[in-house]
Amino acid sequence: MSQFAINIMFVGGSFLIYILIAVWAKAGSTKDFYVAGGGVHPITNGMAIGADWMSAASFISMAGIIAASGYASSAYLMGWTGGYVLLAMLLAPYLRKFGKFTVPEFIGDRFYSKQARLVAVICLIVASLTYVIGQMAGAGVAFSRFLEVDSTMGLIIAAVVIFIYSVLGGMKGITYTQVAQYCVLILAYTIPAVFISLQLTGNPIPALGLFSTHLDSGMPILDKLNQVITDVGFSEYSADVDSHLNMVLFTLTLMIGTAGLPHVIIRFFTVPKVADARWSAGWALVFIALLYLTAPAVASMARLNLMTTVYPDGTAAEPIRYEDRPQWVKEWEVTGLIKYVDKNEDGRIQMYNDASDEPGTAFQAEAEARGWKGNELDVNRDIIVLANPEIANLPGWVIGLIAAGGLAAALSTAAGLLLAISSAISHDLIKGSINPGITDRGELLAARISMAVAIVVATYLGANPPGFAAQVVALAFGIAAASLFPALMMGIFSKRINNIGAIAGMLSGLVFTLSYIFVYKGWFFIPGTANLADTPANWVLGISPLSIGAIGALVNFAVAFVVANATDEPPVEIQELVESVRYPRGAGQAQDH
Amino acid sequence: MSGHSYDAEKYWKANLRLIFGSLIVWALVSYGFGIVLRPMLSGIPIGGTDLGFWFAQQGSILTFIALIFHYAWRMNRLDKQFGVDEE
Repeated sequence: MSQFAINIMFVGGSFLIYILIAVWAKAGSTKDFYVAGGGVHPITNGMAIGADWMSAASFISMAGIIAASGYASSAYLMGWTGGYVLLAMLLAPYLRKFGKFTVPEFIGDRFYSKQARLVAVICLIVASLTYVIGQMAGAGVAFSRFLEVDSTMGLIIAAVVIFIYSVLGGMKGITYTQVAQYCVLILAYTIPAVFISLQLTGNPIPALGLFSTHLDSGMPILDKLNQVITDVGFSEYSADVDSHLNMVLFTLTLMIGTAGLPHVIIRFFTVPKVADARWSAGWALVFIALLYLTAPAVASMARLNLMTTVYPDGTAAEPIRYEDRPQWVKEWEVTGLIKYVDKNEDGRIQMYNDASDEPGTAFQAEAEARGWKGNELDVNRDIIVLANPEIANLPGWVIGLIAAGGLAAALSTAAGLLLAISSAISHDLIKGSINPGITDRGELLAARISMAVAIVVATYLGANPPGFAAQVVALAFGIAAASLFPALMMGIFSKRINNIGAIAGMLSGLVFTLSYIFVYKGWFFIPGTANLADTPANWVLGISPLSIGAIGALVNFAVAFVVANATDEPPVEIQELVESVRYPRGAGQAQDH
Repeated sequence: MSGHSYDAEKYWKANLRLIFGSLIVWALVSYGFGIVLRPMLSGIPIGGTDLGFWFAQQGSILTFIALIFHYAWRMNRLDKQFGVDEE
């Protein structure tokens, strides 16, 4: 059977499962649609959160980013997992006790203000929409790469599949498809990793293999990697970063942002009890860690594999001849993800660090002496995961699994985000403001229509991504960290923060964070409007625009505290509401009001 | 559970203490061992690199999991002890 047929079989088979689940899990009420009926088991929910959280970026790109920058990208590993500690202790149990359907609804009720709810809705839509564009584009790319269809066509197929299960089943359909998608993506990720770890270190567990001995050289694998890459002018894999402050703030922004992202928070509304919300967070992190502990191992091993492919006789000897390159390099050259230019016309592949402003300039002289005229192999970072099965000589069905896994990661995250957007529109805007008297059936219909519209908008933007789509990390995490997380946390842990304080806090956190990002990335990401070049030398105290969300959160807390203390304290019934979310008894089911 | 009873306050204080302690560990393993204190731990080798590198890429994640399960277990017991658990 051809690889194409195998890929079709795996992707088609997984889609069929998702659609069957959707038909089985049809939503009958708004409660089904928004919170899957409220009876999801904590382990099931943990798995669904895992799929909801791990996006195309986690699945396809993260290992490649780590492979390229080594220790410095640990910020992603810690940041995208540490947020669950904050969720488990500071938000999830209390918001579950509150027992409503959306994040803006809590903010609106707690701060007794429609304006506060509206600010929260806007933050939610901007953060989630930015995020979903990346997922849709990722699904389109995965389709075009594995199934040989045009990426716009792939995007439309993906949108139709999401449409079927999320419009029919809402959160109920999404929950159970996410469980299936988690299983597909984790198998696809770990199987090739286990084989690569076995080949290089003899250890079947990649996370342990990372700190084991490299079989061929007898050296610890990270030592070997450091040696090979510094030999050709790259900086050490385990090298420290220039600014600890920036790395701390970037990690903190990712953690707070993770905890403040609405599509993750609403998943905690689906479990029966407050105690289950706590367990759910733990299980979610277990399921996420299975991938996040494997990723750094994949990163270093794949990079070492790549180096030994190019320098089969060691870095002191001449690199491999282009005509002798392995089969997987030939296959991925076709896609343009690997590019070779024979700059010195010797028929060999020189891969080294030719950037003169990087450390290792002593190496530049050596390279010239060896007759090298610049780096000749350009490898896209996504290759680290996508080509893994071929690098490890695994059979064709593993490649099919990677195709299905990449799509599962993109679809599951997209569906979760789209639900967060559509419930904010139908529940917070339509029922909350425009038509409070709407019946449950009417609201369910409104929710389905909002979902359908959100999918169409996301598909259009996925096919024609606006400039800001590439800024997902800065924008989505910055907004969630600087506006939503502090408001939610203060709403639970302080009785003194009032409506004016909360709104002033959210707006100042938001304006501060967005301004800092816009100064370096362009106002509203319009090209050419940046005030300063986005380089470390220009950053205030060396803080990059990606790291500013944590400072924005501080601004939010500080402004809210000062303003609230200068104005009237919240009414008694609001203080009682705060009191009630702190004690689990009587949470019952997430309910309509 | 109603209003400002003495027990309710004790329950909430116990929760805050638990959260505070957990977050100290949370910050220590990631921002501490993984980033700021890494140069101080560089003398402790682990599989071809140093302890700080291990905390940044694996140790902190494993600690986070332990922290959440510990918190869930302690809180669920505290709920019962103070009679604020759900039936």
